[in-house]
Amino acid sequence: MYNISEVAFYGLSTLAIFSALMVVFSRNPVHSVLYLVVCFFAISGHFLLLNAQFLFVVNIIVYAGAIMVLFLFTIMMLNLNRESEPHKNIILKLAAVVSGCLLLLVLVAALKGAETTTAMPIDAIKDPNIGLVKNLGKELFTRFVLPFEISSILFIAAMVGTVMLGKKKLT
Amino acid sequence: MSTIFFLGYKTILVTMVWGISLLIAMYATLMERKLAGFLQDRLGPDRAGPFGIFQPLMDGGKLFFKEEIIPNDSNKFLFILGPSLAMFTACMTSAVIPWGPDLNLFGHTIPLQIADINIGVLFVFGVVSLGVYGVMIGGWASNNKYSLLGAVRASSQMISYELAMGLSLIAVLMMSQSLSVKEIVQQQHGINWNVFYQPLGFLIFIICAFAETNRAPFDLPECEAELVGGYHTEYSSMKLGFYLFAEYINMFVSSAFMAAVFFGGYNFPFMDKIANGNLLAILGVAVFFAKIFFFIFVFMWVRWTLPRFRYDQLMKLGWQILIPLSVINILLTGGAIMLKNL
Amino acid sequence: MKEQSLVSDYIPILIQLCVAIGFVVATMLATHLIGPKRKGANKLESFECGIESEGNARLPFSVKYFLTAILFVLFDVEVIFMYPWAVNYKTFLHEMGMQGFFSMVIFLSLFLVGFYYIVRKGALKWE
Repeated sequence: MYNISEVAFYGLSTLAIFSALMVVFSRNPVHSVLYLVVCFFAISGHFLLLNAQFLFVVNIIVYAGAIMVLFLFTIMMLNLNRESEPHKNIILKLAAVVSGCLLLLVLVAALKGAETTTAMPIDAIKDPNIGLVKNLGKELFTRFVLPFEISSILFIAAMVGTVMLGKKKLT
Repeated sequence: MSTIFFLGYKTILVTMVWGISLLIAMYATLMERKLAGFLQDRLGPDRAGPFGIFQPLMDGGKLFFKEEIIPNDSNKFLFILGPSLAMFTACMTSAVIPWGPDLNLFGHTIPLQIADINIGVLFVFGVVSLGVYGVMIGGWASNNKYSLLGAVRASSQMISYELAMGLSLIAVLMMSQSLSVKEIVQQQHGINWNVFYQPLGFLIFIICAFAETNRAPFDLPECEAELVGGYHTEYSSMKLGFYLFAEYINMFVSSAFMAAVFFGGYNFPFMDKIANGNLLAILGVAVFFAKIFFFIFVFMWVRWTLPRFRYDQLMKLGWQILIPLSVINILLTGGAIMLKNL
Repeated sequence: MKEQSLVSDYIPILIQLCVAIGFVVATMLATHLIGPKRKGANKLESFECGIESEGNARLPFSVKYFLTAILFVLFDVEVIFMYPWAVNYKTFLHEMGMQGFFSMVIFLSLFLVGFYYIVRKGALKWE
């Protein structure tokens, strides 16, 4: 007997995995981006199931609404006229497969380790309302206020980088 | 409240909101043409029925019976997906808007809001930020240079104004201390409207709303003189209809959002004098719709009055004027609240 | 006082999602089936004001748009960071006094530094 959140969980997981696979397998890069958007939606749905409502909507705004728009811009700027992409070197393909498998191995190993530690030191287990925007804000501006301020320096660094790269093309 | 009842009345409410927003979007087209006629000293549509009231039905019906043209060079799937997405996102934003005070029917309290979620304001943002896709995919899939330029312009404009829009709302949230649209409305009880505390924030927000809906004076993406039809140059039949219609629905919903967040939503002066809850609810809905129509009127009034911006002026306004202004607004609001509370 | 909320608040949004998708799909199908279909080679060409079209529209466009998009992503994340602060502002003032305000003043001034840099470098200049 499944309850409704379990059904939602499996449905969203299937959607996430399917769309993630389609990102890799679809021929048209614009389709890939759209599948990635779908994938982000499925992940947002997972956040919602965990009652992390702020993360749910931020994931939509930032990933689906901002970063994917940037990806779409990038792909539209590429010259997509060539029907088939240039044939990749066989060694390159082999290297890609090997490194992909290694990454999978690492991920599986990491997740396997997480399974055995039953006492999860996650605040979400203690307090299911921690993902709401108010509670999250309280944590962010009391316990994590220093990292928060430092993150804005990171943003400046990113802006400098962007402008430096962009200006080369502009002039 | 039983689950079946809950699901049933929510479904009815969703269908009603959807129907009403379509109806209003349809009649907004007539209103726009009538208003344009008035402002330009002519009659506007007056042939279909008295005062042309059947004109929107005729237009809508006509779009169904038009041939759909999908250019050979276009990417078929994306070409259809573009307008569908535009319409879909337009239909989703209305979910968090409280249309009126709670109704009492059959011994149940029925809130006139589809979903009172904790992050209502951000939900609207999320959906608005997805609105870019419809325009961008449609314009790119057409494989037409005008469409491409229109789409790129439109999406650049929309993302630029999203920033100032987000910033202008922060000052309101500092006062309301909640992201739920319903709570924001409830706090503006009577005539305690946010616009009196946040005039600058409101000004920034309404400018951004014009830009987000691609309405004049920011209708660069479809400016006829340069780009033929902009991102919908290649579209015909109901797919074109979807793009045009989505614009009107967006206009309706953003008017509703502005009325709710800045102009007190369903609140009106002396509302405490009315003892009957259901009467209050009905009056509240009427007042709310009156405010919405006022904003729709402002949208149209501005469109037929102001000339179009140039693209560099548009970007300059969005980035270099509105963003610093809204940061100043945040700081001023923060300082004022601090002085009041310390 | 902790804020509380349930996931079940979102079920109506799911209903609205279904209605919106249903409407879009039904209308698209209807207009596809109802409309006449008369195809012609010239008709289905992409429109270029009547002149024969040159190549297609898969062309690179100005890098300015791209730069705007990147800057948008950066600023968008910064704006998002202000929301959890804004909804707690009055609580912060009560609990921490001035610090509640100045933690955001620091963030905002760094935001403005980045912004000023971008404007000075002319990354937002459109000619």
